[in-house]
Amino acid sequence: MPAVSKGDGMRGLAVFISDIRNCKSKESEVKRINKELANIRSKFKGDKALDGYSKKKYVCKLLFIFLLGHDIDFGHMEAVNLLSSNKYTEKQIGYLFISVLVNSNSDLIRLINNAIKNDLASRNSTFMNLALHCIANVGSREMAEAFASEIPRILVAGDTMDSVKQSAALCLLRLNRTSPDLVPMGEWTARVVHLLNDQHLGVVTAATSLITTLAQKSPDDFKTSVSLAVARLSRIVTSASIDLQDYTYYFVAAPWLSVKLLRLLQCYPPPEDTSLRSRLTECLETILNKAQEPPKSKKVQHSNAKNAVLFEAIALIIHHDSEPNLLVRACNQLGQFLQHRETNLRYLALESMCTLASSEFSHEAVKTHIETVINALKTERDVSVRQRAVDLLYAMCDRSNSKQIVAEMLSYLETADYSIREEIVLKVAILAEKYAVDYTWYVDTILNLIRIAGDYVSEEVWYRVIQIVINRDDVQGYAAKTVFEALQAPACHENLVKVGGYILGEFGNLIAGDPRSSPLVQFNLLHSKFHLCSVPTRALLLSAYIKFINLFPEVKGTIQDVLRSDSQLRNADVELQQRAVEYLRLSCIASTDILATVLEEMPPFPERESSILAKLKKKKGSSKLPDMDDSRKNVNGSTEHAEDAEVASKVPSHTFTDDLSVNSAPSSGASLLVDVFSDFSSAAPTEGSDEHFPRFVCKNNGIIYENQLLQIGLKSEYRQNLGRMYVFYGNKTSTQFLSFSTSVSSNDVLDSQLNVQEKPVDPLIEAGAQVQQILNIECVSDFSDAPILNIQFRYGGTLQNIAVKLPVMLNKFFQPTEMTSQDFFQRWKQLGAPQQEVQKIFKAKNQMDTDVSKAKLLGFGVALLDGVDPNPANFVGAGIIHTKTTQVGCLLRLEPNTQAQMYRLTLRTSKESVSQRLVELLSEQF
Amino acid sequence: MIKAILIFNNHGKPRLSKFYEHYNEDTEQQIIRETFHLVSKRDENVCNFLEGGLLIGGLDYKLIYRHYATLYFVFCVDSSESELGILDLIQVFVETLDKCFENVCELDLIFHVDKVHHILAEMVMGGMVLETNMNEIITQVDAQNKMEKSETFIFQSTRQDR
Repeated sequence: MPAVSKGDGMRGLAVFISDIRNCKSKESEVKRINKELANIRSKFKGDKALDGYSKKKYVCKLLFIFLLGHDIDFGHMEAVNLLSSNKYTEKQIGYLFISVLVNSNSDLIRLINNAIKNDLASRNSTFMNLALHCIANVGSREMAEAFASEIPRILVAGDTMDSVKQSAALCLLRLNRTSPDLVPMGEWTARVVHLLNDQHLGVVTAATSLITTLAQKSPDDFKTSVSLAVARLSRIVTSASIDLQDYTYYFVAAPWLSVKLLRLLQCYPPPEDTSLRSRLTECLETILNKAQEPPKSKKVQHSNAKNAVLFEAIALIIHHDSEPNLLVRACNQLGQFLQHRETNLRYLALESMCTLASSEFSHEAVKTHIETVINALKTERDVSVRQRAVDLLYAMCDRSNSKQIVAEMLSYLETADYSIREEIVLKVAILAEKYAVDYTWYVDTILNLIRIAGDYVSEEVWYRVIQIVINRDDVQGYAAKTVFEALQAPACHENLVKVGGYILGEFGNLIAGDPRSSPLVQFNLLHSKFHLCSVPTRALLLSAYIKFINLFPEVKGTIQDVLRSDSQLRNADVELQQRAVEYLRLSCIASTDILATVLEEMPPFPERESSILAKLKKKKGSSKLPDMDDSRKNVNGSTEHAEDAEVASKVPSHTFTDDLSVNSAPSSGASLLVDVFSDFSSAAPTEGSDEHFPRFVCKNNGIIYENQLLQIGLKSEYRQNLGRMYVFYGNKTSTQFLSFSTSVSSNDVLDSQLNVQEKPVDPLIEAGAQVQQILNIECVSDFSDAPILNIQFRYGGTLQNIAVKLPVMLNKFFQPTEMTSQDFFQRWKQLGAPQQEVQKIFKAKNQMDTDVSKAKLLGFGVALLDGVDPNPANFVGAGIIHTKTTQVGCLLRLEPNTQAQMYRLTLRTSKESVSQRLVELLSEQF
Repeated sequence: MIKAILIFNNHGKPRLSKFYEHYNEDTEQQIIRETFHLVSKRDENVCNFLEGGLLIGGLDYKLIYRHYATLYFVFCVDSSESELGILDLIQVFVETLDKCFENVCELDLIFHVDKVHHILAEMVMGGMVLETNMNEIITQVDAQNKMEKSETFIFQSTRQDR
């Protein structure tokens, strides 16, 4: 029997829909809809109370009208009323309307929340599910505020139905995405992990999604999920598919759950435990083996599901990047897919190979597929696939194959789809520069780029070629000759005229010896393009002319005539006119010496990151680096200002620079200027962070700092009064960090109490790479401040400064001490002097959980003494702080009061400052 | 995460739109039009993935679609979802619709928008995949229908239905 029988719908609704469908024109449709809207409005407003059925019918009509693209600005109240109906169908349609149509109208949200609250409390699983769905679909902040603490309870409660658990897990996941700050961590997290063992695979799948997201944010809290996930995965992969009845999809056992579990494992490094690790390796091998087996069904769904798991397994292998054997197998498998007849698989294989290309173990293996990839670029019918092929070629490019790859990309560019041309241009430009052994090849490549795809060559690209030619005198003569030849073409792109004008203006003298490119020939060639060019290009050409006057006195007369002509001196464009006037005047009054100084060859540009790379990054993910862009704009504002001032005061040695800036100003290239003239590049303000600091009081490893560019992780170990800290700097961008340096600073007081010695760190961090630095720490005497780690590096045009408070605290030098109850009380009494005891009473900031508190105290460094305190709820601990000069014995007692949600913490040590500091540190942890 | 699920026919008429992120009505309509434009101009036999249009766009998002007879099913997802997995999900969705409506056709989606929403809600919730097991989904849908039936008989009298 069909689940929906076609006759029993709402007749009024069906009639209305048929009417709409019979409308011959848009106008009649709109008319019919307006009539219906008026009808519904009057029904809603009417005196007669509507029954649930009619409300439901009208709400359905509104939904249909909304789908057709018409605004619905009423009916919300009726929908909310439907929520509190106890008829399932009415409630359901009310929730549907709300989740499709409600925006954050706060009055209504309160009413909706009320209804949701009732349904959540109803213990009716259908109603609870509807309510959870609504929270997840709307996902607004108000809802998160109202329910974020309630949902974890539902999720881990023992008597919750499976289907509700499933919804609760996803609902929580949704809230965690929209308002992470409102979802409290706590006791439930440990129990969520155990849902991975649940009987019901639907629950496991939902829980895996939830844990994956949470683990990305706080990996340490969910570490235990790794072993459970491996166990679960292993059971699925090795089981005969009958075990999983319903979750077998076209002969593949629980593909969806397998994919999710493999994703979860990608949040963690390979397991350290060897048996666990070998179990996982076994799973991955089995998955790879299965790919070679003959298919159990010819249906595409079968191969889809199987390959979904396979690709995820490969992604995990790439993520771990540790088993060369698996990596090579993964690469071979992808190689097979590159030639598969399924387009989807070719697409995904190209995509996965892109990430594989960056692994050192498999880079070479990926390179062996170069011919196949080039072939894909030429023959694939699908632009999505060709795009992936371009990406992969870019990723696999290195010095050995760069010429081939660049040549192929250039030839593809001639026929490439318009949508991806600009990106290819940028990629070619970057590769050509990165792997240029001799710069003649580079110059040729860029000029070819301009010839083939001039319209797609952005300013960054031709700025960059000029920067490089100016900075390398070995290529200047060649560049001058090549642009001269390229300019001979009857129709050449304006970008070529710009490059040509600039380069001949600087280095035309290098080819002037040849009568075929004598000064006059050069000038005539440039000037023949002048009238076809836009204003900025003409301005640049005028500057080239005045440079010619300096380089070649013999053409001075000719050029002065040109400058003097009405079309220049009286040009309607102010900029052109001013240049003509000033240059003409300059050429008349200045002596040769002055001219030579003013119009001297451009000084080399400072080395910096390619502006093209920045552009590519921007294209790829503009949202990722917003702060960078902002700082550039600011810098740029001041740059222009500075240059204006220069022109005004007639300090003329930068004439050409001015011209370039005029070229790109004012609308187009705000951010580009800085790259070209980075004398003005400035340091971004120091960014500081100590938000993660408190987290390290009770643990030694983790992420201490992270922004869009950089992630800093720490591992530390302490013995007695000595410590060693491993600092990991991870470059999150796709660009190198240059001039990377660090220093540790502390104030004068701290300086005498704590020695921190840093080992050198690599000044260059490659894109996506991580470098490690070791800090050796010695505690001389007790201290209460923390040293600051200052990090400085150059990213793009800007200098980045970051200051991080290093989590070196006094308690790190604890040695736990076991003692009997008798000893403890004896010492407790000995330390009875008022200045030796420090006590603090404070409110609990987290859930009061015995196990968590225990773990924190152990992490703090003391030994926990059982059976000392008569009240078993209290904690008692002891330890010795080691410093170079002295050792300080410490006793502590923590008394939780769950009713009042308060703690009392007492510390007794032989030194007041130690007691004080330890209380400060520890009381923040609960 | 799934950002949006769209169904439209070969002429671009929307048959279902479900957004898991909030846009205003105009933007939603624009997204539907643009998505239709992107998807419909592609040949059969090309791959089922494409990088999103400008609106739904951003590097992290992909459109994953399938074309069945007169209808396009398009999911816009971010990189946390497996591409092939989503293709499977679309297939499960269609097979489920087929079971629930007995040989589903476009008209079923038009006249039972609410039902389609309810079926979808059993599979995807707040942009996350809730259930992929078709039997489980159909069981839930059946249970809903039973409840609905028991309620309709109570109050469906001989009223003028307009």
